[in-house]
Amino acid sequence: MSVPPTDPPSDEGREPADAEEGRSRRVDPVLPTGTAALERTGAPAAAPGASGTLLSTGIGASADDVTPPSRQGVAEGLKWLARHLRREWQLYVLLAPTIIWLLLFLYKPMYGLQVAFKDYSVFRGVAGSPWIGFEHFQTLFASDQFLRALKNTVIISFYSLLIGFPVPILLALMFNEVLNQTYKRFSQTVVYLPHFISSVIIAGIVITAFSPSAGVINTMLGWFGIDPIYFLTKPEWFRPIFVGTGIWQEAGFQSIVYLAAISGVSPTLYESAVIDGASRWQMMWKVTIPSILPTIIIMLIIRIGNILEVSFEMVILLYQPATYETADVVNTFIYRQGIQAGQYDFAAAAGLFNAVVAFVLVVAANSISKRYSRTSLW
Amino acid sequence: MANMNLYSRGDKIFVITNMVLIGMFAISALYPFIYIASLSFSSGFEARAGRVVLTPVDVTIEAYRYVLSDPQFWISYKNTFIYTIGGTLMSLAFIIPGAYALSRPQLLGRRFWNLTVAFTMWFNAGLIPFFLNMRDLGLLDSYFGIIIGFAVNGFNIILLRNFFESVPQSFEEAARMDGANEFQVLWKVYVPLSKPAIATIALFCIVSRWNGFFWAMVLLQDDDKIPLQVFLRHTIATLSDDQEFGATLFDASYSFETVSAAIIVCSIIPVLTIYPFMQKYFEKGILLGGVKE
Repeated sequence: MSVPPTDPPSDEGREPADAEEGRSRRVDPVLPTGTAALERTGAPAAAPGASGTLLSTGIGASADDVTPPSRQGVAEGLKWLARHLRREWQLYVLLAPTIIWLLLFLYKPMYGLQVAFKDYSVFRGVAGSPWIGFEHFQTLFASDQFLRALKNTVIISFYSLLIGFPVPILLALMFNEVLNQTYKRFSQTVVYLPHFISSVIIAGIVITAFSPSAGVINTMLGWFGIDPIYFLTKPEWFRPIFVGTGIWQEAGFQSIVYLAAISGVSPTLYESAVIDGASRWQMMWKVTIPSILPTIIIMLIIRIGNILEVSFEMVILLYQPATYETADVVNTFIYRQGIQAGQYDFAAAAGLFNAVVAFVLVVAANSISKRYSRTSLW
Repeated sequence: MANMNLYSRGDKIFVITNMVLIGMFAISALYPFIYIASLSFSSGFEARAGRVVLTPVDVTIEAYRYVLSDPQFWISYKNTFIYTIGGTLMSLAFIIPGAYALSRPQLLGRRFWNLTVAFTMWFNAGLIPFFLNMRDLGLLDSYFGIIIGFAVNGFNIILLRNFFESVPQSFEEAARMDGANEFQVLWKVYVPLSKPAIATIALFCIVSRWNGFFWAMVLLQDDDKIPLQVFLRHTIATLSDDQEFGATLFDASYSFETVSAAIIVCSIIPVLTIYPFMQKYFEKGILLGGVKE
């Protein structure tokens, strides 16, 4: 029986990655009956090996190299599989290290997420600790600190989006209008640079520049007769400094995507605009911006999907107990509760909540982007 | 700017305003680095008093002398090189074969394996399970743990897989005629043809390894194993708590600010050195891996 391509497995992320594969699914007869059901239940984390290979037989296969068996039963299928492996074993040898690594370092921790539902003890280990159900989640949602961290995460992300999102677009439009190539190249090089500097160094620069006695910011404020402010201990200053630093570091680099979109705009559009007597300002508004609008929308959707992604490394480097009330985000909360205080199970519960919400947001953002444009992340 | 004559008066104003604004962006991107460099060459006394704004005041190299004479600085510099080189080679050793296998049409369950890779980009277990896993694997406080634990990254695999898929079939046919096996096709045909993509990934790995901080801080306890970023963090954190540092001397030749600035300069220099080579690649790299799985 063949799997109808219009009946994807329940999970949104498992839709055919591209049209070609969708087609080959329709054409290729799949091994024994029941394979489709197996495939549907096969979680992405399912163990590899014989069963893992079997349950997805034929799905990524292309017509010319693989000759799949017709419906002659399991024995025939296994024989064919053995022949295939004898001929193509080298591919699986090449693939194995990556898959083993993923299982060991990324999928095994997903199994370890069960500590979120357990009373974890170091001596009993992940598997041996007793189950306690949703107790950690109840504690979590009764915890003012966690709710504050959640609120701060969303607020900081929202500000970064609101103020930070337009800047790279603006930069790309401006770079596009620079006529002198040397000047353009030089300014691009300089603006991309902060992206490649480590967060420790960026934080070091911020701490130094905002220092009350020595920092250049307070020196400059002094020129206007303003008394020194100890910025990094003031909760009301944390968010502006954090969001501003993020924009300073990433806006240039993010503009690359928009510059690429602009370079894809058909020159004939500009030529006809010139014939119509359009000024450069009008061409920017009437040609360039409408042409890159799809890219802008996709980037916006992706950013909204990543709203729980605050670069917590930078938060750890910049915050201090005095500013926790506006600075503490979910991941820094997890870091303090889990790794510093050793409450692994409770912190893992917070992490699980965060990961699930983030996953749902990303999947939702992607399917929206898929619906309204032909581009998507997968 | 000869071709500006083609444009109207309004266009000229627009173009010039734009150039000025771009210049301001560029200056604001560059200024913090200039400030830090100037600070590192100023005397501690002047730095403390907040008199350094653009250029060094009361030029001295005392801060560098202090930093470079600290054995811990050299230990962590060496460690950063070990993590960067070892980690990048380890990443390539996983990513190149893996991406190649995933790009082959005859791979059984190709969609499933691709999904296994891509899923890790959308969902990860989070800090705590990852940390507990590293502990259970006995990889705390070890060079090997840092090098192997962050070797594979779904984004890089997919980026390289996309590149391999774009290589025309005709390139490998001659090799196949000569009876080359998969290993030989990968090594003799695909790797040489994919040098730009591999260089892009290597550069991404180098930068993320050089800059890596959080997990090195969490996983490494032993001072002999910490990388430069962790050392820098410790220095800034301890010196800024110790307000008396350097200030007790009447005309302190170095201070917390100038010493921090000197370490920052020392750790930025290697990045600045390879940056011109990188720029060629990273613009392409982003676009190659950006849009589609």
